[in-house]
Amino acid sequence: MLVYVIRRLLQSLVVLLAMSALVFVGVYAIGNPVDILINPQADQEDIERAIKGLGLDKPLWEQYLVFLQRALAGDLGRSFAFNVPAIQLIVERMPATLELATAAMLIAIVLGLPLGLWAGLAPRSVAGRMIMTGSILGFSLPTFWVGLMLIMVFSVHLGWLPSNGRGPTTELLGVPVSFLSWEGLRHLAMPATNLALFNLALVIRLTRAGTREALLQDYVKFARAKGLSDARVVGVHVLKNIAIPIVTVIGLQFGSLIAFAIVTETIFAWPGMGKLIIDSINVLDRPVIVAYLLVIVTLFIVINLLVDLLYSVLDPRVRLADART
Amino acid sequence: MSFPGETPSRDAEVAAPAVSARPGVRPVLAPGEGEETPLRRIAADFAESRLALAGLALFLAILAIAVLAPVISPQNPYDLAQLDVLDSRLEPGARSGDGKQVFWLGTDDQGRDMLSAIFYGLRISLGVGVSATLCALALGLALGLAAAFLGGHVDTLIMRVADIQLSFPAILIALILLALLGQGIDKIIIALVAVQWAYYARTVRSAALVERSKEYIEAATGLALPASRIVFRHLLPNCLPPVIVVATVQVAAAIALEATLSFLGLGLPITEPSLGLLISNGFTYMLSGKYWISFFPGVALLATIVSINLVGDQLRDVLNPRLQI
Repeated sequence: MLVYVIRRLLQSLVVLLAMSALVFVGVYAIGNPVDILINPQADQEDIERAIKGLGLDKPLWEQYLVFLQRALAGDLGRSFAFNVPAIQLIVERMPATLELATAAMLIAIVLGLPLGLWAGLAPRSVAGRMIMTGSILGFSLPTFWVGLMLIMVFSVHLGWLPSNGRGPTTELLGVPVSFLSWEGLRHLAMPATNLALFNLALVIRLTRAGTREALLQDYVKFARAKGLSDARVVGVHVLKNIAIPIVTVIGLQFGSLIAFAIVTETIFAWPGMGKLIIDSINVLDRPVIVAYLLVIVTLFIVINLLVDLLYSVLDPRVRLADART
Repeated sequence: MSFPGETPSRDAEVAAPAVSARPGVRPVLAPGEGEETPLRRIAADFAESRLALAGLALFLAILAIAVLAPVISPQNPYDLAQLDVLDSRLEPGARSGDGKQVFWLGTDDQGRDMLSAIFYGLRISLGVGVSATLCALALGLALGLAAAFLGGHVDTLIMRVADIQLSFPAILIALILLALLGQGIDKIIIALVAVQWAYYARTVRSAALVERSKEYIEAATGLALPASRIVFRHLLPNCLPPVIVVATVQVAAAIALEATLSFLGLGLPITEPSLGLLISNGFTYMLSGKYWISFFPGVALLATIVSINLVGDQLRDVLNPRLQI
């Protein structure tokens, strides 16, 4: 297990290095780095000084090393728009995005597992077919359009829920969160539902497919032959075995939730990282764009690593197969 | 459920495509009555689901609308001379100021007939989606076949890049590329291709690896046929079924992604309004209750994506014997 963890950590490091090089080449080599890193409103003297200061007159590989060094020290430049360190800006916005993504994931799991089980246990029933058709709809519905429709119905016509912002936040261990107050929950409800739809459909389909496959296995037949109740067969034997792919996908999807939050946050004016990146792209606040990309890449690598480790904890077969190699 | 009688038909399904690719024998597309060809069997299997047939019909209708848009649209939405600002933001079913025209789906802020705008928007959305998918398909097929056929370092390199890329959500990669490249139809197609090629490469590689070890390839190699002939006439046609399934679903994904990016203001320029851009235009008027500017383009987008997904879903079941339980 230890060998596996160490090897997996090393792999992650290589990917992180490769991605940082890609982001570096993307931002520094495509187009003029002066435009990207220096405030476009700066005058000629400032530009000269900045080119020297940033070492843009040095060869590319040397620049990359400097960039890496600074990035490791947490210095990813200052935002033009807010004139604060870019990384600070992103860290400030991170809790909002994480809260939104977590809420969406919870909705997807709490609704998706039972619905998927139902559809898997009775695939030919009317309810089973309806759940599956609904899940196709969940895959097909464009997130941003559903968001607009939610606003139209619940904010404009019914006037039940607020259409934008995070509402008042409460401090929880020093982190501002929305879900602890009623007003905050009302603000959270629509964006979280919107973001959850795709994953809800995914969890339903995974659970259904897993259940159908598990029901054909010998251990289920054996459990039935032992005279176990249906509840126990499904709740213990089936659920445990379909947990592996579901946990993997849910874990990996958490990353994509953070990415898709870009859309949801833009629609509901949710003050998270996603709205920040769109605003930054619109005003060409490039240090923030670079910092966002690096932060999100790191986040993804960490998530992938955690999922892989969790996977090997859940499924001894993976661990054993890996220990042998 | 598994029945003993099913096994031979499964084997037949796997073996059937190989027959048409036998060296020297041209695939016969129109044999005598009653004879079962792969194409006919697929068509018959496909028609088993009424939902999928409805999806196919809907998609063909949408395709016809997109192709015939200039002929059937009541108005040319790009011709500013035909627009009257006095007609702006009219409700669905309202008559134009001069009484000549009825706007069945209302008008937008420039007095543009939404029905015509949607017809033209479908044209652009479908065009971008299909051309991006075809480009990605070509690139992915080439790289995937190269990886499978050449093996070794080429294989490792291509698949590693694909793995890393697939561990990041599509929207994030497209966003990064568009932030670096800027706007335009060509740029969004580049971004979509960059996002999608890995799916095809992976699918075709795994299919090609399976096919490569089969006897007909061995026979072709034994006949000392040139490598190019083996790859293109024998290997490629037999790798196509899973790739077709992926491609169908990816057309829908490409259309949705393009719409999302356009909605975020990163995709197509305002002069070529795709469905996403139309929806984005209407977003501003949503809160004042003028729902139709966003709503109807969204319905058109949804219908397109759902119809393609329904077809893709059924194709997957038909072309993948493993899933036929």
